[in-house]
Amino acid sequence: MNNQYLDVFLEEAKEHIENLNKFLLQLENNPSQEIVDEIFRSAHTLKGMSGTMGFTQLLELTHEMENLLQDIRSKKIGVNERIIDTLLKCVDILEELIHDVEETGQEQERDLQLVMQMLKDKSGESFKGQMDASQSKVEIAEEKKEKDSLDLHNLNEYEERIIRKAKDQGLYIWKIKVTLVDECLLKSARAFLVFKNLETFGDIIKTEPSVQDIEDEKFDNEFTLYLITSKSKDDISRALSSVSELKNVDVVNVDPDSIVVSNDDSGKELDPIESVRSLESKQQNTKAANNFKKTTKTLRVDIERLDNLMNLVSELIIIKTRLEDIKDNNYQTQRETVEYLERITSNLHDAVMKARMVPIENVFNRFPRVVHDLSRELSKKINLVIEGAETELDRTVIDEIGDPLIHLIRNAADHGIESPQERIKKGKPEYGTINLKAYQDGNNVIIEVSDDGKGIDLNGVLAKALESGRVSKEQAKNLKDYEIISLMFEPGFSTSSKVTDISGRGVGLDVVKTKIESLGGSIETTFVKDKGTTFQIRLPLTLAIIQALMVSVGNEKYAIPLSSIRETVIVAKDQIKTVQKREVIMLRGNVIPIVRLNEALDTEKLDEHQEDLTLVIVKKGEKNVGLAVDGLIGQQEIVIKSLGKFLNDIKFIAGATILGNGEVALILDINKLV
Amino acid sequence: MADNIRQFVEFKLGQEEYGIDILQVKTIERMMPITRVPKAPKFVEGVINLRGEIVPVIDLRKRFDLPAAETTENTRIIIVSVDDITVGMIVDSATEVVQLSQEAIEPAPPITSSIDSDYLDGVGKLEGKLLILLNVEKLLKPQEIDELAQI
Repeated sequence: MNNQYLDVFLEEAKEHIENLNKFLLQLENNPSQEIVDEIFRSAHTLKGMSGTMGFTQLLELTHEMENLLQDIRSKKIGVNERIIDTLLKCVDILEELIHDVEETGQEQERDLQLVMQMLKDKSGESFKGQMDASQSKVEIAEEKKEKDSLDLHNLNEYEERIIRKAKDQGLYIWKIKVTLVDECLLKSARAFLVFKNLETFGDIIKTEPSVQDIEDEKFDNEFTLYLITSKSKDDISRALSSVSELKNVDVVNVDPDSIVVSNDDSGKELDPIESVRSLESKQQNTKAANNFKKTTKTLRVDIERLDNLMNLVSELIIIKTRLEDIKDNNYQTQRETVEYLERITSNLHDAVMKARMVPIENVFNRFPRVVHDLSRELSKKINLVIEGAETELDRTVIDEIGDPLIHLIRNAADHGIESPQERIKKGKPEYGTINLKAYQDGNNVIIEVSDDGKGIDLNGVLAKALESGRVSKEQAKNLKDYEIISLMFEPGFSTSSKVTDISGRGVGLDVVKTKIESLGGSIETTFVKDKGTTFQIRLPLTLAIIQALMVSVGNEKYAIPLSSIRETVIVAKDQIKTVQKREVIMLRGNVIPIVRLNEALDTEKLDEHQEDLTLVIVKKGEKNVGLAVDGLIGQQEIVIKSLGKFLNDIKFIAGATILGNGEVALILDINKLV
Repeated sequence: MADNIRQFVEFKLGQEEYGIDILQVKTIERMMPITRVPKAPKFVEGVINLRGEIVPVIDLRKRFDLPAAETTENTRIIIVSVDDITVGMIVDSATEVVQLSQEAIEPAPPITSSIDSDYLDGVGKLEGKLLILLNVEKLLKPQEIDELAQI
């Protein structure tokens, strides 16, 4: 149950981090009051959530950020590059902290000193002078809200929802401020007694400071807690009067309508019931860390899509009863029912696939920040234009595609786009543009990363390849352009003569290519000298279900993904020739090497005396290879299943699928086989 | 049940009786068609379709270098699950579930059985017989498998 609570926290926290990044970048380009407010809200909500969960470092850092932001809001200081950078730095650290929580269930000690100092420095005295000198970019006119009165509730939206829910149920919400006597020795013990007494009445939803801090005696003489209960104020006072060493107890009713909360659109889809349920586990949260397991992957699904699924499932149930009712062997009814069933299963398949689809926005959102950082590092001026962020892709692909894309963007920024001086000399606009575009094309999604930089220096690539002995001089003469480009995708290749932080370490495009291929996609490169380079990534819409050709090898069945098949041919044995000890055939003027699957897969050899050889011609990039099989079974739609962790690295096998008769057939990994 | 009582699924390999902690056992299945996986380690018999899930199956006899045995009526596949890894293990027969108190479990002496004591959790004493307790985690550890695959 704690886990569930933590999942919600993580999900929301990540969204706020994303928001912070997004709005901070907007603030830099286009400062306005609303954006500052947005940032403030996100930071504030994050602070509240962290406090509730007892994550002190997160709390401290967001608190400092809030102070700085408050000063910006109240126009005490203006926005400049340094402030934005400091805040971005903070967001990075927040992200790391949240990542730690996700991995281990608790915060890891991180050094906050430096950025805290930076934050304080800017919000403090030394900064104010500077403010007058540099013109404030932000026009802010809003009075600072007074704080720290008992009527003002430092609640986030999360907690507010719980309170509203409670009020709807006719419960009281009390804010209780407990002050201990000055000479109180066992402060946490007294606090514990207060908690214990109150817990019998209802649920404590929030404490200030956090439960952890109270347990660790990290508070002065007073603490505040929010209690949801059916009991009256008097009952509470009476219950607490039995605890000694209490100096004062203030009980105030909380009206949800008066709560000033950080209003953020995240989390709205959350089920309020879930929040209330999480109340139950509230007290144990701080202990959750001990028996923590890595959080599960979650996915937000449009309720409409789920409804659709539900409908289809109820249709399945109807058809089940219909099947049960077929008593005699009425062929007509039977066939109709099976047809009906077929229609439902294919609709069901569609619906489930749709439920797994996520807009690529989730990945693209990180990139403005990446480009911002890159342009600083490289002292180049770069604009990022994003198109088609609403294009949807399978969740699995979304999770994997981020890193390759970052790599391509870095590449474009580092190798593609020229320095501002160089650009002006060439008569180009000072600002370079990186274009990120996604769109659907049939059963594929295309993602393009293009820049308007200098293009690819083919001679440079070739020179590098010669230098590293990748190609010989004779070979080099005959290489076509696309072959030279493909050299860039080989392991350890880098055109950059100097190694920068950003790229050029030689672990680059080959990794991108491998990753994309492992997702069942492909990548193409085009460029025009001095006009720019485009990397086009083609990805399948979903990984779960593919069209495949079933073949037999020995007595076994294997599936070959249709997407990598060019054609199938049957050749007479005497057409097979041997070149450099490898078997090849000539097909329409092309030499195609042959791989005998029964040898590669160690299956039994069937009749050697056959006259013909059945070949499945598969492609890997520009290369064609013929796979010799014993028989073709037919084309089939198959569901890809993983072999699991235990058999993770089996050569040649990409996965398995279950055939109609319940048998398991393995799917060949063409990239490894060829 | 008292805290120090553990339950074990008892099974046979040849003449010897073994036990696996019941908490690691998902189900016990009868023998079913197994699809061979090429290039897999020798003791990996293949994969099965366990109600829609692909589960690798290892032959425990091969895993411990015991002589191969015929599949019989009694042959079973014990499906075990440790961390995220689910694997089926072919055994000669699965007999019963036994309870052992912590006191009845002793560390495995170096030479107890035909298998390497690295894979043992200990030996359980039952009336009239000894139960060799397998450490499934060690048995399934990936690096172990890699090493074995290279030999």
